[in-house]
Amino acid sequence: MIKVENLTKRYAGQPAIQNLDFEVGKGEIMGFLGPNGAGKTTTMRILASFMPPTSGRATIAGFDVFEQSLQARAHLGYMPEHVPLYADMRVTEYLDYRAALKGVPHRRVAERVGDVRELCGLKEVEKKLIGTLSKGYRQRVGLADALLHEPDLLILDEPTIGLDPNQIRQVRELIKNLGKQHTILLSTHILPEVEMTCSRVIIIHKGRIEACDTPENLLGRIRQAGGVVLEAKVGLDNGTEELKKISGVRNVIEDADGDWKIFSLRVESGADVREEIFRLATARHWIVRELTQRRATLEDVFVELTHPDAV
Amino acid sequence: MSSSHIPTQFEIDVIADLDLKVMRKFYALLSREVRSYFHSPIAYIVLIFFLLISGVDFYFQISFMNQRQVQYTVQEAFFNSVFFWFAFVLIFPLITMRLFAEEFKLGTIEPLMTAPVRDWQVVLSKFFGALIFYLILWVPPAFYFIIFQQITGQAAAHSAGAYSGSYLMLLLLGMFYLSIGCLASVLTRNQIIAAIISFCAITLLFFLGLVQFILLDVSSATRDLLGYFSAIEHMGTFSRGIIDTRPIVFYLSMTIVMLALTCQAFQSRKWRL
Repeated sequence: MIKVENLTKRYAGQPAIQNLDFEVGKGEIMGFLGPNGAGKTTTMRILASFMPPTSGRATIAGFDVFEQSLQARAHLGYMPEHVPLYADMRVTEYLDYRAALKGVPHRRVAERVGDVRELCGLKEVEKKLIGTLSKGYRQRVGLADALLHEPDLLILDEPTIGLDPNQIRQVRELIKNLGKQHTILLSTHILPEVEMTCSRVIIIHKGRIEACDTPENLLGRIRQAGGVVLEAKVGLDNGTEELKKISGVRNVIEDADGDWKIFSLRVESGADVREEIFRLATARHWIVRELTQRRATLEDVFVELTHPDAV
Repeated sequence: MSSSHIPTQFEIDVIADLDLKVMRKFYALLSREVRSYFHSPIAYIVLIFFLLISGVDFYFQISFMNQRQVQYTVQEAFFNSVFFWFAFVLIFPLITMRLFAEEFKLGTIEPLMTAPVRDWQVVLSKFFGALIFYLILWVPPAFYFIIFQQITGQAAAHSAGAYSGSYLMLLLLGMFYLSIGCLASVLTRNQIIAAIISFCAITLLFFLGLVQFILLDVSSATRDLLGYFSAIEHMGTFSRGIIDTRPIVFYLSMTIVMLALTCQAFQSRKWRL
């Protein structure tokens, strides 16, 4: 659905994105993840034909976004960051106008506007001025607009930014449902969002793709280098030295909470050292209150890829 | 696309009413433009200001004509007064400043230009939207003359030639000055700057037409050239009911040039981002 080859964009000589290469297949929900200023919006704007790339090529449904931009745009539902809307129009008025712009056949406008209004929960504000709507509703108007012409592909730039937790949950739910019929590319810097909704993730940093995989594989990658946490009273023993003797343990960081010692263990990939720790603890009569394998989150992957020194 | 590509329902639709859609999109854009004028306070300020000035103008011209014998019609007097020209050069920056600048500023240009519309459709819809609003401004003054004629019963006050001549000139001058305003608005995201640019350009052009009356020792070729810009002179002839084709060609072609430049400048935004 989306094919990006060697895409580069420079602003006044400064590269915003460099040699991006990726593909999004039909029916995928692709998450586009990166810190602020990584080049997410730039990439999406190029895909939406809003600006041309400096070099490289991108196609949507087989249409070049620059050379055949009109056809490419006709296949695309795009929701820009911050959802700029005409404040002086009413919700239904705006959707009618957008439907005509997007070439929805005349006889189907009322039906389509009705459908997206229903889907995005805009029924109760249909007659309100867009300027008076809350951020959450404006976001939904933007989403409704993107869906109007039944595009094969949706590109959503930060669809949940500025929403409260309930609204975030609603929008996420909506996106998940949309994913059943549409191909979606969404950008975000909220990690749980990607874990919950996306089938694949691209992590972009400083204009370059750092990783492109399913959330599970990305997690697996870091879980291999995951860790174990042990909280115990070790008496007069030097817990750190004892733990380091266990095969598979790479490193131990010790911390204290009153009498309790908290050990964070980095272990070698694939090793499960918890059984050995239990044996050690019983042998030395340590009192254990916690022994857990730390579950890595996408946050760890993200931090490790975009900020290697912090780990 | 490869030849084996099976057209989707969407593509069939696109081909089926392609021509219709070009006009429909244009109409949708145009109607939004016109409506957005009446959603903003600027429209009402301009309307009131214009009604006031034209009303005062008309009142003074009539009372003047009441006091003495004059050799001209009420249209001629109305369209050649200081009041008229003062209001006239001021309204164009006010009408056009928001056209593109506001969209750039608010970011609404992004949803607009990521919809499948062409650049020229957007430029023309904004131009014609402004033109429609401008023509609406001229509806009330049209009634002044009708009412005047009804009351006084003077045939001379209401000659069809003077009427259509002056309104044709209003249309031509309006198109030219509005297209200058379009160009000014597409160059910046700041409405004030857009207004200043178009105000300066329009006033400059206006005074360029006056230069020939000040510099008497210039060659006749230069004077002819400057005469082309003389809105006052054109208005003078047209409001007497004399339809000269040269200004018509001049204003129409200048409008087209300005709109073409606007289109170019609008397209160049992609490279300036």
